[in-house]
Amino acid sequence: MSVLLVLLIVFGIGIVGFFIGRQRASARETGEVKVHSRAYYHGWWVFLVSVLPAVLFIVLWSAGSSIYLERSAQASLPAQTAESAVASRGLALSMVRGIATGLDRLDAQELQNLPQSYADLRSLLGSKGVALASEGQDYMVPIAERWHSQAATARTIGAGLAIALAVAGVIFGLSGIHPRARARNNVERIVLWGLLAASTIAILTTVGIIFSMLFQTINFFSVVSPWNFFFGTVWDPRFADAGSGGSQGQFGLIPLLAGTLYIAFVAMLFAVPVGLFAAIYMAEYATPKVRATVKPLLEILAGIPTIVYGFFALVTVGPFLRDLSAAISGGGGFIMAQSVLTAGLVMGIMLIPFVSSLSDDIITAVPRAMRDGSLGLGATRSETIKRVILPAALPGIVGALLLTASRAIGETMIVVLAAGVAARLTVNPFEAMTTITVKIVNQLTGDLEFNSPQTLVAFALGITLFFLTLAMNIFALYIVRKYREQYE
Amino acid sequence: MNLMTERSLEKAVGDKMNAVASTNKMKGDKVSVFYGAKQALFDVDLDIPEKMVTALIGPSGCGKSTFLRSLNRMNDTIEGCRVTGQITLDGEDIYDPKIDVVELRARVGMVFQKPNPFPKSIYENVAYGPRIHGLAKSRHELDEIVESSLRRASLFEEVKDRLHDAGTGLSGGQQQRLCIARAIAVSPEVILMDEPCSALDPIATAKVEELIDELRQNYTIVIVTHSMQQAARVSQKTAMFHLGNLVEVGETEMMFTTPKEKRTQDYITGRFG
Ligand SMILES: Nc1ncnc2c1ncn2[C@@H]1O[C@H](COP(=O)(O)OP(=O)(O)OP(=O)(O)O)[C@@H](O)[C@H]1O
Ligand SMILES: [Mg+2]
Repeated sequence: MSVLLVLLIVFGIGIVGFFIGRQRASARETGEVKVHSRAYYHGWWVFLVSVLPAVLFIVLWSAGSSIYLERSAQASLPAQTAESAVASRGLALSMVRGIATGLDRLDAQELQNLPQSYADLRSLLGSKGVALASEGQDYMVPIAERWHSQAATARTIGAGLAIALAVAGVIFGLSGIHPRARARNNVERIVLWGLLAASTIAILTTVGIIFSMLFQTINFFSVVSPWNFFFGTVWDPRFADAGSGGSQGQFGLIPLLAGTLYIAFVAMLFAVPVGLFAAIYMAEYATPKVRATVKPLLEILAGIPTIVYGFFALVTVGPFLRDLSAAISGGGGFIMAQSVLTAGLVMGIMLIPFVSSLSDDIITAVPRAMRDGSLGLGATRSETIKRVILPAALPGIVGALLLTASRAIGETMIVVLAAGVAARLTVNPFEAMTTITVKIVNQLTGDLEFNSPQTLVAFALGITLFFLTLAMNIFALYIVRKYREQYE
Repeated sequence: MNLMTERSLEKAVGDKMNAVASTNKMKGDKVSVFYGAKQALFDVDLDIPEKMVTALIGPSGCGKSTFLRSLNRMNDTIEGCRVTGQITLDGEDIYDPKIDVVELRARVGMVFQKPNPFPKSIYENVAYGPRIHGLAKSRHELDEIVESSLRRASLFEEVKDRLHDAGTGLSGGQQQRLCIARAIAVSPEVILMDEPCSALDPIATAKVEELIDELRQNYTIVIVTHSMQQAARVSQKTAMFHLGNLVEVGETEMMFTTPKEKRTQDYITGRFG
């Protein structure tokens, strides 16, 4: 019996339990005693008591049995010898596992007279659509066969136990039904635990990400000193030969950080005024009809994948700026096709909807009473916006801008295509610079071996970027929260 | 029906003398207001006498605020709101396209039901209007306007040491007086007040009422209120609205002692609302 089927049966039992429980509970509502919980809470309680333990059991049982089966199969593998056709024990084990799962496809008849040589079995399974590696050995067949039959037994036992558990749960749940039973509180508590588990997963993932980067970063810093990384002004890992002792690559963060911040700055320079003015227009001037069309349209911009912005920068904006500068100077263009300006401009376009949408929400959150108060004194609309609404919304807007800036700093695809790869320190926005994200992509593409500083540096860069944006987000949230308190 | 104290009765008698001599500052002629397709006011004819307090009373939703807002065109800020009929200020039609709304609102100021100081300092709150309209030529003059406005709103003594603290940090009653000071600071001719005391405690209410009585010397005041006592205490003329219609209008004293309409009497005595 497959796990899916067992799950379905368990759920079926739970649902039946739900209906019986609900029906029983409502039958008990005679009116003599004041009932504690509504009937459907009793139903839910029966459902949860029968399904949750059974599902938990299924999970544990299948994990436990597969670990056990793998252990015993591993034990029965012959000792690895130099002449073995298979490179390692691990590989042999995974081949056995492959055969064992393949055997699922065969019917009882075929299993009865299973071919004992690997080659025959391989062609048999091949005819069923299961592809096996060619270098398998005959000794694997009996082991796989035993694995397969034991797994089937384990599954059957597990299924029986799970179903029994579900039925027992229903009986237990039903036996607890009486008018004063606190089914509602029990159900609420389980719901609470469920919600808690969901949010814990999100947090644990973040922690997991940090740790996975942290260990690699520590490895990296055991080769390159943090001082050289954080304060080095030269980025030149390519030609370094890590193994040859004396000459190490140079992993200076400064040029990348400068490029990141510079491009983000140019992007914000472009996105902030446009986005803010768009937000003011939408919040204060646009009629509801216009607003209802313009706002979603702007938000479509936010839905365009950034790689598409990257194309746009690479094939349209970059060449356009280059040709434009050539036309202006009359000779060679002073703007390179890949430049800080190109990347910043396109990234700015990408950021407009973020700025405008967030600011729009913040501006409309300024109470109407503020507007009326100002208009009632004979202020014009623009005076009202300038002197009352924007100052009141300012902390929120600053928070929104910080959130946007942290997006700009973490943005990858646009800069990969539009900013260039040259790690240079320059103040000329018409030249190419590169960013932290671009270098992470560079260091991690191609043939990889996760023990040279050339690749490990990507993790150090990643964690730097992570903390940079984390700090900005926390600061932004702090400001936004403070702003909320103002009206409460 | 003995809603009026002796004192206010005396006052009302005195006011009656003034009322005869007074001219009308604003005139409403067949004013109808629509919110989209829904009509909220039906052909209201109501005159606002100069340098007097006119009270608008009536059950909730009867259109008092709507009428008040049409007097300084604050209805313009509401989407889909339309006003027909004629409203004049000193004989000038305020809905005439040639009229500058901004200028109109400077002449007809407004105080709202909920105190709504700007999130700025007390000083900046009061200085806001004069700054916008360029009423002060120097910093010194601005200081004077702020001080005299606060004084007239009888708030100055309480806040003189913290003029540069946030206006939102004041108590509800102080905030409302701050809003009145803010309205006075632009030297309006008419002040509209929409339930200015509904968020205030009795003591703060008494202060604001006292203030309204003083302001009457210089300003024309229209006040919306749900308190019959308040209407009786502060106003000289009362208009009773019901379901978007003007039911009855007359001198406050008359309205509260011998109302002509049954509906007015029922409302004043609290038999419906
Ligand atoms: N912005 C608006 N949009 C649509 N209808 C409105 C709007 N403002 C008021 N109305 C309607 O117009 C009618 C009159 O409302 P108004 O606010 O003038 O009543 P009111 O007499 O001031 O009541 P209250 O004493 O409760 O303040 C009500 O039926 C109300 O629902
Ligand atoms: Mg009202």
